[in-house]
Amino acid sequence: MDINEKEYKEYCKKHAKHSPLIKDTLMAFLFGGLICMAAEGLFEFYLYIGIAKEIVKTLVPITLIFLSALTTGIGIYDDLAKIAGAGTLVPITGFANAVVSPAIDDKSEGMIMGVGAKMFTIAGPVIVYGVLSSVIYGLIYWFVGVI
Amino acid sequence: MMKFLWSFLIGGLLCAAAQVLIDKTKLTPARILVLYVTLGVLLTAVGVYKPLVELAGCGATTPLTGFGYSLAEGVKNAVDEKGIIGAFTGGLTGTAGGITAAVVFGYIITLIFNGRPRD
Amino acid sequence: MGRLIKLENPPRINGYASVVGKREHEGPLSADFDVHDKSEKFGMDTWEKAESEMQRMALNLALSKAKLSPDALGAIFAGDLQNQCVGSVYASENFHTPYFGLYGACSTFAESIMLSALFVSAGYFDICGAVTSSHFCAAERQYRFPLEYGGQRAPTAQRTVTGAGAMVIGGGNTGVKITEVMPGRVVDKGINDVNNMGAAMAPAAIDTIESYFNESGKSPTEFDLILTGDLGAEGHSITLEYLQKRGLDIAAVYSDCGLMIFNRKTQDMHSGGSGCGCSASVVCGNIMKRFEKGTLHDILYIATGALMSPSSLQQGLSIPGIAHLVRLEA
Repeated sequence: MDINEKEYKEYCKKHAKHSPLIKDTLMAFLFGGLICMAAEGLFEFYLYIGIAKEIVKTLVPITLIFLSALTTGIGIYDDLAKIAGAGTLVPITGFANAVVSPAIDDKSEGMIMGVGAKMFTIAGPVIVYGVLSSVIYGLIYWFVGVI
Repeated sequence: MMKFLWSFLIGGLLCAAAQVLIDKTKLTPARILVLYVTLGVLLTAVGVYKPLVELAGCGATTPLTGFGYSLAEGVKNAVDEKGIIGAFTGGLTGTAGGITAAVVFGYIITLIFNGRPRD
Repeated sequence: MGRLIKLENPPRINGYASVVGKREHEGPLSADFDVHDKSEKFGMDTWEKAESEMQRMALNLALSKAKLSPDALGAIFAGDLQNQCVGSVYASENFHTPYFGLYGACSTFAESIMLSALFVSAGYFDICGAVTSSHFCAAERQYRFPLEYGGQRAPTAQRTVTGAGAMVIGGGNTGVKITEVMPGRVVDKGINDVNNMGAAMAPAAIDTIESYFNESGKSPTEFDLILTGDLGAEGHSITLEYLQKRGLDIAAVYSDCGLMIFNRKTQDMHSGGSGCGCSASVVCGNIMKRFEKGTLHDILYIATGALMSPSSLQQGLSIPGIAHLVRLEA
């Protein structure tokens, strides 16, 4: 067929309907900000009831992860994410959603190769690259300290 | 009260920046999360992220850059204490709570609920 | 060499049936489908089994409308979107008849009608079953993200239809005739955006439609309807514009199953429906009923498919398209 490939690709790019950038970004800002503010609220609350600060630092993300897992299970996290976009993707709750959602889906392939193996299909890269970069930082930090 | 405001602002901005990347580039969500976590490690390493955490609290620790911050801080503390082996043990120690929570709650939720077609 | 095949003894559609899920049933074509299930599970415990069950139900219903028993089937031509086409396998094992598994992505329904018609017309089989399906949940898990994953879809993205359509194709004196077929060829114009399948498939549709009018010497207005499979809003307007630029105006009679099946505004379906179940359920629902009512007499049905796999996408390969044409006459 004699349609020019380059021309066609450019035409399609121009033709394609774009995501509503301003609305999407505003929503992401709003929802992301609210989740972080709620986390701050939790932080203050845990301190207020007398939990030590070092524990609270870990307890807050754990609570958020629990809430995200629960809302993913009952099926509202994805509805929220449709509106919030990156606002629900970037906070730690998005990480939890990425762990729980494939696990729920792949229950049909069994508890070992389904749930066990698929749990980190989406969130795995975050841990891999996070750990790798932290080790690189650790080695450099150690090396600088030695000399 | 200022802490809440900063938390909202910084957290919101980090999310908004990711949204611009999603809409304007062909980056998939998984790539953006990887970018954020490594960026978090990098910014902590060069000393930028810690002041941000002090300013915005959960606004800086809740986004995935904060996950990178925990990894980097964990590594830094472990290297200070134990030397080079700390580079290998510190990162996951710093983030153990989060990862374990995701596995445990994820597993329990999986046992209880089933997926359904979304609208 | 030309691609257009005129069938000497045009086979007829003896029976047809469609089965759909919840959102398809809530759409504008609601009344035309035979069966729907709000849970989209069709009594099964996995989405994959539910898809097979939809195929089985559709073919069974089509057989009963044709007043035929499953023994009458010479062969089944079936396809779906699941890995290795297993959706069709588990549906077809109920019929104890020769089975051909087809993969043409969303173009598969036209492919299965075409092959059934060719075999019947040539006299190798008296009666064939053509059936295809897609299930949103099964496809989503395989090609995109988990069902409960929080993600946003691009405005150009399409939604996989939960649905199946079946036709029983044989001889006789009544029923819609299949008079011409034109097999599609693989056309690749370098599109690799998985969220814009319409753009990936449009060149194939343009190729087949243009070739048809060149070879047949007909004009678009001789048809009541030129119907593409699942190009969606993007592909539909690309096809229309490009054909117009090349001197072929089909605007007056052109429609697309992906645009018909959902109300894109109220149902938030972005660019429209897609999947092998999309055009299968629309043709075996709305279109065949319009033939029955006498409001359609002569149409071209061009099902389009995007031929990619999750691995080919991750390796950065482009998405080739294909478009098979079938002419249906009252």
